[in-house]
Amino acid sequence: MMRLPKFTYLQPRSIGEAVKMISDAGPTAMFVSGGTDLYPNMKRRQQVPKTVIGLGRVRDLSRKRGSPAEGVVLGAGMTLTRVCEDKAMKAAYPALATAAGLIATPLIRNMGTIGGNLLLDTRCNYYDQNYEWRKSINFCMKKDGDICWVAPSSPRCWAVQSSDCVPVVVAIGAKVKLVSRDGERLIEAKDLYNDDGIEYLRKRPDELLTEIHLPAVNGWKAAFAKLRRRGSFDFPVLNCAAWVKLAGTTVTEARIIIGAVGSHPIEAVEAAKLLIGKPLTDEQIKAAGDAAFAPAKPLDNTDFMMGWRKEMVRHYVGLALREVRDGRMPSTFKV
Amino acid sequence: MTKKTKKKVHLTLTVNGEEQEVAFAPHKTLLEVLREDMNLTGTKHGCELGECGTCTVLVDGRPVLSCLALGLDGEGKEITTVEGMDDKGRLHPLQDAFADLGAAQCGYCTPGFLLTAMALLEKNKKPTCQQMKEALSGNLCRCTGYIKIYEAIELAAARMRGVKAEIRQESIYGEE
Amino acid sequence: MARKNPYKTIGTPVRRIDGRSKVTGQTKFADDLVLPRMLFCKLLRSPVSHATITSVDISKALAYPGVKAVLTGRDLPVPFGILPVSQDEHSLCLDKVRFAGDPVAAVAAIDEETAFEALDLIKVEYGKLKEIDSMFTAADTAEPRIHDYGDIGNTHKLVALEFGEMEKGFAEADHIREDLFFFEGNTHLPMEQHAALAFFDPDGKLTIWSSTQTPHYLHRALAKVLAPLAASHIRVIATPNGGGFGGKSDPFNHEIVVSKLAMVTGRPVKICLTREEVFYCHRGRHPVLMKSKIGVKKDGSITALDFESYLDGGGYGSYGVASTYYTGALQTVTYKVPNYKFNGARFFTNKPPCGPKRGHGTPQPRFALEVQLDKIATDLKLDPAELRLRTLHPPNSLTANYLKVGTIGLGECIKKVVAGSNWREKYGKLPLGKGVGIACSSYLCGAGLPIYWNNMPQTGVQLKLDRSGGVAVFCGETEIGQGSDTVLPMVVAEILGIDTYDIRVCVADTDLTPVDLGSYSSRVTLMMGNAAIQAAERAKELISKAVGEKLAVPASQLAFADRRVFNVSKPEQGMSFAEAVVCAEAKFGTLGTTGSYSPPISHGKFKGAGVGPSAAYSYSACVVEVDVNPATGIVVVDKVWMAHDVGRSINPTLVMGQVEGSIYMGLGEALMEEMAYRNNVGVVHKFPSMLEYKSPTTLEMPECVTYLVEDPDPNGPFGAKEVGQGPLLPIMPAVANAVFDAVGVRVDEIPVTPEKVLKALKLKAKGKEPRVGPTRLPTVVWPEPIRVATPWQGGDGKALSGEEKRRHALPTPR
Repeated sequence: MMRLPKFTYLQPRSIGEAVKMISDAGPTAMFVSGGTDLYPNMKRRQQVPKTVIGLGRVRDLSRKRGSPAEGVVLGAGMTLTRVCEDKAMKAAYPALATAAGLIATPLIRNMGTIGGNLLLDTRCNYYDQNYEWRKSINFCMKKDGDICWVAPSSPRCWAVQSSDCVPVVVAIGAKVKLVSRDGERLIEAKDLYNDDGIEYLRKRPDELLTEIHLPAVNGWKAAFAKLRRRGSFDFPVLNCAAWVKLAGTTVTEARIIIGAVGSHPIEAVEAAKLLIGKPLTDEQIKAAGDAAFAPAKPLDNTDFMMGWRKEMVRHYVGLALREVRDGRMPSTFKV
Repeated sequence: MTKKTKKKVHLTLTVNGEEQEVAFAPHKTLLEVLREDMNLTGTKHGCELGECGTCTVLVDGRPVLSCLALGLDGEGKEITTVEGMDDKGRLHPLQDAFADLGAAQCGYCTPGFLLTAMALLEKNKKPTCQQMKEALSGNLCRCTGYIKIYEAIELAAARMRGVKAEIRQESIYGEE
Repeated sequence: MARKNPYKTIGTPVRRIDGRSKVTGQTKFADDLVLPRMLFCKLLRSPVSHATITSVDISKALAYPGVKAVLTGRDLPVPFGILPVSQDEHSLCLDKVRFAGDPVAAVAAIDEETAFEALDLIKVEYGKLKEIDSMFTAADTAEPRIHDYGDIGNTHKLVALEFGEMEKGFAEADHIREDLFFFEGNTHLPMEQHAALAFFDPDGKLTIWSSTQTPHYLHRALAKVLAPLAASHIRVIATPNGGGFGGKSDPFNHEIVVSKLAMVTGRPVKICLTREEVFYCHRGRHPVLMKSKIGVKKDGSITALDFESYLDGGGYGSYGVASTYYTGALQTVTYKVPNYKFNGARFFTNKPPCGPKRGHGTPQPRFALEVQLDKIATDLKLDPAELRLRTLHPPNSLTANYLKVGTIGLGECIKKVVAGSNWREKYGKLPLGKGVGIACSSYLCGAGLPIYWNNMPQTGVQLKLDRSGGVAVFCGETEIGQGSDTVLPMVVAEILGIDTYDIRVCVADTDLTPVDLGSYSSRVTLMMGNAAIQAAERAKELISKAVGEKLAVPASQLAFADRRVFNVSKPEQGMSFAEAVVCAEAKFGTLGTTGSYSPPISHGKFKGAGVGPSAAYSYSACVVEVDVNPATGIVVVDKVWMAHDVGRSINPTLVMGQVEGSIYMGLGEALMEEMAYRNNVGVVHKFPSMLEYKSPTTLEMPECVTYLVEDPDPNGPFGAKEVGQGPLLPIMPAVANAVFDAVGVRVDEIPVTPEKVLKALKLKAKGKEPRVGPTRLPTVVWPEPIRVATPWQGGDGKALSGEEKRRHALPTPR
């Protein structure tokens, strides 16, 4: 059996207690929410915190408040099942509900949280391996080694952003609240992510993600599309969140965020620009899809061949945009 | 004689409606505590990394992966394993249906499927095939191809609704 | 629906006897077993794929608190292996390691964590050798050799067989095709990881419980390696397997290691492999490159078939020599092949060893043949289903390579799936992106020969009859999910007229049960079934004599039914089965009968004739309907129609389960299962996990329509043939053929992935050959083939001598 290493487990009951604990415990401590990301990594010795602070008893983290008219605040500790099955969420923020509902499996969604998914460790075929396997290749830059095996002459790590909720929260302009012993800050979701496989978060380890502030629903629409081999279990090899503001049939604002093709969520700036001031026709959508091809730079460290994944960007951006326009997934989209 | 001091935690877990005092190393998963410290080996393991669904148990009625839950976090919760499905030896309708229809072949994934299915039927008394597929999409089976599993759930669900239900002849004998 | 069934138990959907135990979690799998003072074992595995072992320092590990023993190769120097011709494995590598994951040392400690921590303290020095990452490299690398044996260099085995007259056969053809195909390796992925528990008692007798499909072969390996411990003092108990599919039919390092550790520590020792280690045990489907040259007449009937297969065997022999022969054996049992040539080569490479996986070496050539016939159909503008129907092998006749085809219900199978799927309205007629494909296959019902040469039965059954009316049946067979534990009592119940549940089943225990060679090769229903019939008939005979005497009724007038033994013409004249047993025991003394079975002698007498023959062959035909997205290449299987000629269903529920499970596993292989390796950081498995090794979830499994065709075979128990492997085989070629019908491209490789389909579509758009597949083969110098005259040439199954070759005017070798 694969087993967890030994660690001290703390179970705070409030946010204040939690941030005090991590501050006291120092850099060898980590928070855990659902455990579905951290515990497999610990069993494989990718992450080996000496102290683990479990957030399961901090009730304040699971609260939801607000309304679509003013904006909804989700507690970071809400399970993904709650996020994707909540009727109000499905009606007002369907892209986020869809993204959450496509993560992993129902069992993992019953345990995993939206906060955990927003902070999901970056992934790579050379890194997400057991201890002995990694030892046999002399480890990698992300953990215990020096070389990034997917790009051996690169000075940086290329592990992949693999969350499904991240592109959506970035695309719709959500904000996240980070709390520490020293205070709290509310930042744009897009500012949370950094283009690096190791330092992929602009958040201090002692900061606790407590809330996700969804913007008021006031004339914008968003949709999400995910590509993976199977209909469940698998992380995205490509995903896309499209956010569009319409005045009548004309696009006034747009944001297209592509995930799983880099270490951070990538904004397809040119693709979105193309759409502005015009109606969202099939031609426009195709043009945007084609324009999104360039900024997507997948490497050979996930399932599927990287050339094919890059090619799929055209289609999956198109899928997301068509859903924004038509309100439903085209019939060719099966997974 | 060991250099390391091992401290066990000592607490009460409620499993299958029974409160039991258990002592175990604090970093053990619920899977390990159930199998190794409580002698409940009905819960199986296929990967211990959350990639197969074999270790599914119910915690407060929700199916979760016991390989990724800590034993410690089980305190104060109602845990249900496959051993808790029958009522004084009378099999749960799902168990009967799985056994009768051949939805259990090697039987190794079966406890996980049974509990996930039981939780599904709690919420949805007449699931469609698509709903079953989605609810069970986190449980892998290498023997059955899932078909008999859906048929068994459908049969059990009907019986639980008090409907007189029979197995389709084609399921057993094939099409004409 | 009226189903004519002449039997009372056979053919009925009796609940499997372990069903309730499995659904309540009571079935004890190997890792569920616990013994007092049990130690835990972990194996240290090689991080490098090809190296000599220069030194092993276990001192720090031995000194680690909680560690009770550490073993290295020196402690188990006797080699073993499943096949007598390839006893090339050591329980712990002795002088060299041959793949990343090869076990080098073993620790027994008070708990698993301590054992794991101690592994890190073992220091092994390796002398790296050139890594052989593929069959191409193996073919071109004479030195260093991975093994000191084998036909030449790193070529493990070369096979060359020729039946009939190839030149003449091709000369008679109206159309000839030559195609290359590739079938990637994949693995069994049973849900249960391998586990074993060994116990060495104070009398010096060893017991091991293990998740194994072949307790008898494990017994032999243990006796060999652990000598001077006598074989009669070793007991192997196969626990119910949580899935096997061929992955648990080799004797394994970990089984021998825990046995030795139990002997050395005097305490029970358990091991349970992690999922990653299961990938290193492997013994799965060989990656096979194939070249097929086929000659056909205008109507599609075959005039000659020249088949070459190249197998990537991995680091050890395993069943590989048999696998090699299997890639050339069953091409001839579906459609008549009048002239047949087969060349097979197996290479050693520095990867986990390949062995038998469901279908054992036959799915790969079946893929090639069925896709090639589809191409022939396109070339000749024939309907692929019609083509097959016209060229079926006749029943009760020999093939070119001396396999005896008995019953063949394949024609009926094809008709069923053609009708059920509306094939005629769909093939070539669906809109772009939608398509149907057809394929057929066959599988044997147990290999004609055992793994080691002997004159003893392949299976034995013993019956004990109790005065209570209960019966105990003993057989070495192993339950791996297929339901063999249920087939056994059903057979006995049918003959003795009692209920299946009156029978105590005692299986898979080398101390208590007569030898059954194991649950592999689809042998159990046919062989165990026939042996059980014999044992039960003998019991029936004894009882009939005693009861006949008691009732003054001729024994032949007695019927056994409903737990009674009675006069057929006057049913009220009789007694209960229990009373009948008492009667017989009073007359004959303690009652016990045996039955045994060996398959019929094979007709082939040439070297290599031992692989392929069987008492009977099952047949399957399937139609697969797919949806291919031409923009992305993504293939979705919408529906499968499968017809399987099972001879007779012993238990239809179990039979349906095997068909559906085979379809599922076939779809996994067709679309997504791959044992992938990388060689940029050493030759290592790319991702040995259940997340990255893709097996279909509920969401990938389409609607399936199953037809069971029953054409009872006289060699099968009650006419039964196999069902555990046959229905898997046609799925992969049917998917590839359906993709062609849907978007007009050929993917001549398994798995059929979106990347390959899209690549082929792009070639098509550019006006190039719309095909993705292999383009080259490893360089092999083939030996002179063994030539055998075909039955219709008047051959006798023996290899031709030089004189005979001249008389038959066969062409001189190339």
